[in-house]
Order: sequence, then C-alpha cells, then structure tokens
Amino acid sequence: MSAQNFASLVKQDRVHTALYTDPEIFDEEMERIFKSTWVWVAHDSQIPNKNDWISTHVGHEPVIVNRDKNGTVRVMLNRCRHRGATICEKKKGNSPGFVCPYHAWTYGVDGSLKGLPLPKGYKDFDKSDYGLIQLRVESYNGLIFATFNEDAPPLEEFLGRARPWIDLFMKQGGGYPVKTLGEHKFTFPGNWKIQLENTTDAYHFPVVHKSFLSSLDGDTEELFSFMDAGGYVEDLGNGHSVMVMIPDLVDLEENLDEPIPERFEELAEELRQDHSEEEVRRIVRAVTGSGFNVNLFPNLACSMAFFRVLRPLSVDETEIRHIAIGMDGGPAAANRMRLRLHEHFQGPMGFGTTDDAEAWERVQRGAQGGEDNVWIMLNRGEDKTESNAGDVTAETGMRAAYQMWKEVMTQ
Amino acid sequence: MNTLTADSRLAHVAEFISLEADVLDQYDYQAWLALWVEEGKYVVPVEPDEQNFEDTLNYAYDNAAMRDMRVRRLTSGESMSASHAARTLRNVSRFRILGTEANGDLRVRNAQTLVEYKFDRHRTFAANVEWVLRPDGDSFKIVQKVVRLINGGDSLTGLTFLP
Repeated sequence: MSAQNFASLVKQDRVHTALYTDPEIFDEEMERIFKSTWVWVAHDSQIPNKNDWISTHVGHEPVIVNRDKNGTVRVMLNRCRHRGATICEKKKGNSPGFVCPYHAWTYGVDGSLKGLPLPKGYKDFDKSDYGLIQLRVESYNGLIFATFNEDAPPLEEFLGRARPWIDLFMKQGGGYPVKTLGEHKFTFPGNWKIQLENTTDAYHFPVVHKSFLSSLDGDTEELFSFMDAGGYVEDLGNGHSVMVMIPDLVDLEENLDEPIPERFEELAEELRQDHSEEEVRRIVRAVTGSGFNVNLFPNLACSMAFFRVLRPLSVDETEIRHIAIGMDGGPAAANRMRLRLHEHFQGPMGFGTTDDAEAWERVQRGAQGGEDNVWIMLNRGEDKTESNAGDVTAETGMRAAYQMWKEVMTQ
Repeated sequence: MNTLTADSRLAHVAEFISLEADVLDQYDYQAWLALWVEEGKYVVPVEPDEQNFEDTLNYAYDNAAMRDMRVRRLTSGESMSASHAARTLRNVSRFRILGTEANGDLRVRNAQTLVEYKFDRHRTFAANVEWVLRPDGDSFKIVQKVVRLINGGDSLTGLTFLP
C-alpha cells in the first residue's frame, strides 16, 4: 500500500477502520513503526545484576534484554545465528553466557560467539561474523528502549517533552527507586491501536468502570470522579501525550504537609514504627501512584500506578501486560498495598480490565463489517491551552498518536 | 504417599468440590459466598507454584470483603463484561487428600478443566486447585481455595467468571 493511501486513512479528527482490520496495513506497521521507532523493552529493575536477562519481544522479533558483565544493557535477537532457534525460552535468568540448545553454539553475555562444537567442519569461518544480532539500546530514567533503526534520533530527543512527565511518574517510588513487582499478561482479539487509544481515553472511565467505582469506599470513589476536576490532555509531540486525571497527584513530592487521608491511616501507623513522619507522608502519598497517564508511542503507557505495555500479534490480536510497580527496598506494607490495588483493577480478573477488554473486543467486532466507509471519531474535546485549562475527556492524545502514525507510515 | 488407601472422606470431599463447581457454573453466587468461613481466602496466583501470595502479584487474592465486592460486581448489571458473561462448564476430578491439619481441616488437591463459551468461541482453562476444607456438620466450609492455572503468568484473557 502506498504512502498516499496511508495518509488518506488518517484525518485530523478521525481515522478509517481499515487501520483496525487490514492485514496489509498491519504488516507495514510492523516494518515502518516497530522496526523503525524506539520500542520499550524493559525496566532497569528487571535486570538489576550483571548477567541478568529477560526474554521479550520488539514487535514480532524475540529478543533477549540483558546486563552484561560490564554492566552494559544489551538487546539482542533471541535467535541463534546457526539455525535460528530461540536461545532463551524462559522468561528470565542469570547466566554467564548463552548456549543454543540445538547444536550448542555458545555466546558471551555481550552476544559474541565464543565457541561451537566441531569447528573444523567449517571453512574460512570467522566467529566474529556470527555474534547475536544487536539492537540499538538507550535508557531514560530506568526505562529501557531498543530500536532496529541506526538512524533513529537519540532516545531523549524522541521522548522530548514526555521526559519531565516520566520523571514525575517515577516519584511514586516514595523516596525509593521504582521496581517492577510482577505482571498480568493477557490478549484481546482486536487491533493494537484500540489499546493505544485507551490509556488516553478518560471519557470511557465512568461508563465502562462503573462497577469498579461502585466497589470503592467514598473517599476513593471521589478521587476517581475526575471528569470535572481540572484535568486535561496534552500533546507532547512524536505521538506521545499526557492525560492528567487528578491534578493534585501530579507531583507526589508536593503537599506533603496535608493531613493523611483516613483510608491510609492504618498503613501510616504501621510505617511509623520504622520511619520518620516525613518518610511516612512521602510513602503514603506515593502509594496509590500518580494522577496521570503518560502515553509513549508506540507501545508503553506509564499509567497511574503501573506500566501498560502492548505488543501487536496480528491485525486483530494484541498482547497486553500490566506490570505492577512498587518501592525497591521500601516497606513491605506499602508494596503489599500496591499489589492489592493493582489486583483490584488490573489483569484478567481485575474489576477494570475485564470490562475494558470487552469494550475493545466489541470495537474490533463492530469495525470488522465496515470495509468501505466507517470512520473512528477522534474529534472530542479541546486541546490543552497555556493556562492548563482543557477537558480531561478530550481525544487529544489519540489525535497525537494517529498523527505520529501517519508521519511514520508515510515517510 | 504412593499407597492407595480407602479413605471414606474422599467421596465426601469430591461431592463438596463438585457442588462448588456446579454452584459457580449456575452463577449462584450467593450460594457460593455461603460456602466460606469468614476468614477464608480465595486465591488465583499469577505464578503456578507461588507460595507467598501476600507479597506477590495475584490475579485474585480475596478476603471476605473482596469476595463480596466481586460477587456484587458480577451481579450488579453495572459491568458490561459480567452482564454478558461467558457460559462455563467445569469438570473436577483427580481428588486427593494431601493431609489433615491439627484442627481437623483437610488439605485437598484436584484437577479442574473449565470450558468457557462466549463470542462464538470456546476457551479452556486448566488448573490444579488446592483446598483447605473445614468439616462442618455433614459438609465442609472453605478455608482456602487456590486456583493454580497451568498457564498462569502467560497470556490469559479477560475472565467474566470465577475460576
């Protein structure tokens, strides 16, 4: 499909449903987006030590993310250079090297080919030609990204105005570094961009999540009644956006003098046994996460209290991970509260995710029939203005993401 | 451990676990809530071998208050996925009494194969289910139910039922 055709499917205020349903467009997306932009692969805390590794994906490609013996973070194709077998099938580990289980080709943690059985069977064989394929890797504030594109701009430039929001998000460590605490992984039968839209869609919240809101105590329910509470959405450039739902929880290191809400008094009392009053306030204020979602094109959202990671599997199948985060070295009571809050809303049995998944699947089912003239509306709401005024239900973030989609797909 | 013993309690345990499965397949959630002791825990861990549920991430880690809320959500009409819940059919088998606690509670494990039907498709959820059952008159009360999905930690899908 030509660049001109892609451009005609994305208007300023709407996109064509072919973006959800056309397998040819999907194949092009995997090349033009997931092989050319920065894709989030891991958080630093998933590989804290030398020789730690995890296995994951960049688009369709299986990769190993590891910290080598010099402490350098690497992202390498999880594919032996001999016959192409995956080298690591476990999710994580720590090892001084990698051995392909098929013919025992052995690689160092830096990806170099160290040895192979019966080398005399090869003629003019230079091991240095057969290291694991390496991607370009850069990090920002604990977030590790990789790209196949040697010409991509530096990560910091790509993240641009999203960077200060990432910094604010990481304050939910409450004085400790942020650490991943496990994840909920699930698939839904729908296009990946349906999920990309969702973390910048406040409009659905009181409707789809009514049963979640009903399950909360009064104070917490009030916290989530953010439809008219001064929130806004801002286009941060390069397809990134921020949706501020609870302005009071933008900077978790501010307002530490305010009284501790009653629902956290029990936690605060437990923390006071080992922590100063200042530390207690900092931890308690951070325990429910930030009051905003930072959406990073194309695959990560730093969403209130967790990382939402998407991976396109096919035009109508998407994998989503909701990675719980907590305080590395922080009090067990606070991390337990974070885990319980995560379980309450997120994941396959969460009070929120199950209803989201139903809505996303219905979008795909509805889109399936309308080949010719069905458009998805993105025209809601005012963009943020200089005074921070605006509408939290504005579809600004979706417009930002689709304009980036158009730019990348037509380059 | 590997000798067979004619344990008259086994038939009783199997009948109770079958009852619990039937109650959930019939969406009779009030009857399900009544099967528990107040301090009972309903756990669906993420990792199939997890032992420390409190300090790790679970799919569900429910005390009585959370079980109540979960049932309210499933039956309130406010949840779009629960209002359009899957039909489920579960087969429970391979019952084994693992031991008896000092207070008489039985530790039991069984296999569960749950078939879900929704959106024109069938899906299978297989699990080892571990129980702590407290004898209660002619029946039992549930002290703990741990559903260890064999694909726990890998990709699941939104669940509109209680495994």
